[in-house]
Amino acid sequence: MNFKCGEWNDIIDVHDFIIRNYTPYDGNSDFLTGPTDKTRKLWEKTSRLLKMERDNGGVLDIDEHTISTIVSHNPGYIDEELEKIVGIQTDAPLKRAIMPFGGIRMVRSSLAAYNRTLPEDIENVFKYRKTHNDGVFDVYTDDMKKARHAGIITGLPDSYGRGRIIGDYRRVALYGVDRLIEEKIKAKKSRDAEPMYGDTVCALEEISEQIKALKELEEMAASYGFDISKPATDTKEAIQWLYFGYLAAVKEQNGAAMSLGRVSTFLDIYAEDDLKSGKYTETEIQEFVDHFIMKLRLVRFLRTPEYDELFSGDPTWVTESIGGMSDDGRHMVTKMSYRFLNTLINLGPAPEPNLTILWSDRLPENFKEFCARISIETSSVQYENDDIMREKFGDDYGIACCVSAMKIGKQMQFFGARANLAKALLYSINDGCDEKSGIRLCEGVGPISDGPLKYDEVMEKLDYVCEWLTKLYINTLNIIHFMHDKYCYERIQMALHDENIKRTSACGLSGLSVVVDSLSAIKYAKVTPIKNGAGLCVDFRIEGEYPQFGNNDSRVDEIATMIVTRFMKRLSRRRTYRNSVPTMSILTITSNVVYGKKTGATPDGRKAGEPFAPGANPMHGRDRSGCIASMLSVSKIPYDYAEDGISYTFSIIPDALGKTEKEKVHNLYTLIDGYTREKGHHINVNVLNRETLIDAMDHPEKYPQLTIRVSGYAVNFIRLSREQQLDVINRTFHNKM
Amino acid sequence: MKSGMIHSFESFGAVDGPGIRFIIFMAGCPLRCLFCHNADTWNINNGKSYTTEEVINKILTYKSFIDKGGVTISGGEPLLQSDFCEELILECKKHGLHTAIDTSGAIELKKSRNAIEASDMLLLDIKEIDENDCISLTGQSNKNTFETLEFCEKIKKPVWIRHVLIPRYTLNPDKLTRLSEYLKKFSCIERVDILPYHTMGKYKWDEIGVPYRLEGIPAPSENEINMAKKFFAHSHLR
Repeated sequence: MNFKCGEWNDIIDVHDFIIRNYTPYDGNSDFLTGPTDKTRKLWEKTSRLLKMERDNGGVLDIDEHTISTIVSHNPGYIDEELEKIVGIQTDAPLKRAIMPFGGIRMVRSSLAAYNRTLPEDIENVFKYRKTHNDGVFDVYTDDMKKARHAGIITGLPDSYGRGRIIGDYRRVALYGVDRLIEEKIKAKKSRDAEPMYGDTVCALEEISEQIKALKELEEMAASYGFDISKPATDTKEAIQWLYFGYLAAVKEQNGAAMSLGRVSTFLDIYAEDDLKSGKYTETEIQEFVDHFIMKLRLVRFLRTPEYDELFSGDPTWVTESIGGMSDDGRHMVTKMSYRFLNTLINLGPAPEPNLTILWSDRLPENFKEFCARISIETSSVQYENDDIMREKFGDDYGIACCVSAMKIGKQMQFFGARANLAKALLYSINDGCDEKSGIRLCEGVGPISDGPLKYDEVMEKLDYVCEWLTKLYINTLNIIHFMHDKYCYERIQMALHDENIKRTSACGLSGLSVVVDSLSAIKYAKVTPIKNGAGLCVDFRIEGEYPQFGNNDSRVDEIATMIVTRFMKRLSRRRTYRNSVPTMSILTITSNVVYGKKTGATPDGRKAGEPFAPGANPMHGRDRSGCIASMLSVSKIPYDYAEDGISYTFSIIPDALGKTEKEKVHNLYTLIDGYTREKGHHINVNVLNRETLIDAMDHPEKYPQLTIRVSGYAVNFIRLSREQQLDVINRTFHNKM
Repeated sequence: MKSGMIHSFESFGAVDGPGIRFIIFMAGCPLRCLFCHNADTWNINNGKSYTTEEVINKILTYKSFIDKGGVTISGGEPLLQSDFCEELILECKKHGLHTAIDTSGAIELKKSRNAIEASDMLLLDIKEIDENDCISLTGQSNKNTFETLEFCEKIKKPVWIRHVLIPRYTLNPDKLTRLSEYLKKFSCIERVDILPYHTMGKYKWDEIGVPYRLEGIPAPSENEINMAKKFFAHSHLR
């Protein structure tokens, strides 16, 4: 192939390869092609399998007899004759594998949920070998267990794969596996003379594991008939090589989020070369992309029903980041950016892969228009602010999971789920006791004065509780990630990283708008606790009105900024595992429903058990000044103090976007431009009528592909629990006409 | 510095003028249209007083979103407080923001002309082409509305006409013909929007305790809307 040479030839540096070789595309979408016959047939077959999976209660089949590794299964196909890109996790599509190293208990209970049992030979293995989950619980303190049980720290990856690590799968295509192994051997050798203390020993063992994993990757590809020891030589190979890298990862790890990275513009370099030389036509290239995306739609992990209650719709977060600007001022939109989005048309909408546009108001107008059109048609795309992320992460970062930016191949995070801040507020009012159980978790808070709540007193106690909470939280994460590295190390994903990487401890907050409105109510209205017989505040009487988050009202928006900043500053002071840098997200995924269920009534007027708003959203129905006011409130939350992402989900009915199709498209991207300029970080865009969703609840069979963005990811609406469907329907739909 | 009585604000309007608009709903209206969907804005005292400065400061926080769209002053009937409107429009202009007035034209020109001249465009709601029927539908003649339109023609002020299609009232081929014939001669008209009557604002009548007299009148059907739109399909009227 005809590539411009550079540093990337001497060292592993995919970014350098991209910057030297990619071709920005300013044109429109007219060049795109529809699905080929093969694509159509293959998608029909795949759709039938997906329907069978749904009809079968969400899981089509499980191979409980084989511990999944990169090489554990024979090759599998949907239809070998039709598939241009091959490879699935097990030997048959949608057959789920068991990955017990994160936690054998999770495997047992998942199997039990689907009326299967773990075969004795596998049970036997874990008589002699510990899993990550066992390690964590060996060390957890009583306080940690209590906090986990009460749900003030929640969603922790302590019983399965932690995920949110992005291998640089592009390296497989660009360098071939042999070169990658060579570099790893060199890296290991370079440390021969170091004194063999803990850190070095750990690093060397990890590199050895990485080398083994790379060899297995080669072996797995060979079982499909491909020699990936050498670099890919055309578009088809580049996609296939890269996909094998990703496939190895999802065979080995059932991480909570298994994101893809930022591959489209990289792949476009191959496509441009093939188009120029006449090796492939546009139709053929789109066909490869369609088949690749189909594979990504089939990634599955075995989970428990409890997990699904939390993260609904069986998400895998195969997040692919598209577009963005380069540091040299060129935009990074290529024809491949269009081709990836075009799969939503060719194959219809779908939640996975989680297509994420890295937005800047400097992206070409044609592309902005195209994205807006895709959003209006499919509600399957999310947008994240490239301008504020590029400053921190450069121009070769990707999004892991929903909103977590990281430099590809150079950075990873220790996923830390989230703390329930609404509960923390209630602890400060209830002398450190959990409002549900009455059990005291946080000592030394002291009882709150009688009568209406006083803002200063509540704030002081909340500070105290947060001090306790952040300490407990980081300590808990330190244990989890120590054990994960020890028992469930991501060999292949880390093999596709540099050896010296930046690590973050990614904490999170849920219930932000509940807490912010509660504090606003305490400050601007009169809030009197209503106590039960045991002296616990179980409800609140609110007299008067108070400014609510989501209306661009600085009186309350400033409270949000204050809360986020203070919490983050507290996290920063903690000592972390492997010197990782604490960060924080405002993100709930779909767990806002379950967290709400576990949380008592709050001083903002939210009743016990009612859902929180998702992510950083204002509470449902309280953002009454139109969507821009809502966006502005959210965009004021400082990204500098929530660097792991601030999720905002926006739903609007089509007619409120404008009269004609052209106006709708234009107004939608102008909204995203404005939100980006105001430094909003993330926005999910849903363009839907509430009636459609209500109809889909009653007639799911009519809407097999109805996709809706929830919080950092998209779901197949009909796969949500009824409770979650109702939550989505009750959210604010901006409908001013 | 003037102040005006304002009913409410909407930060995102996509159907009230070009592009994304910040909308100010002024309180008070001299009309009592039977089909009104903002009946809560009739009474000027149902608003809150804001100075021009307060409003412009609010608007400016939205600038990133509306710099290619603009500001629409709606209501109620904004030109009832035309001095305030004029001042606010001039302030918007200082900040490079496009302005539109969403009016029924029911206010006498001698009162409204300065504000109209200052604005970039008018969204003019013609309620009824027939004067007598207009009185029974809105409580007032349409004379001022037509004078307003003629004034816009004279000063070349761009106008988007809006006309609500109400079964048994305006949904009538003869009337639609008359209206379309009448509008033809105005070169200031850039667009005619036919808006189907809807009952989404009916609850507001209940809230202010006034009986709703169009009870039982359905929203026009898709066919009826398309039929009506055809009357305005000619030349520059779309």
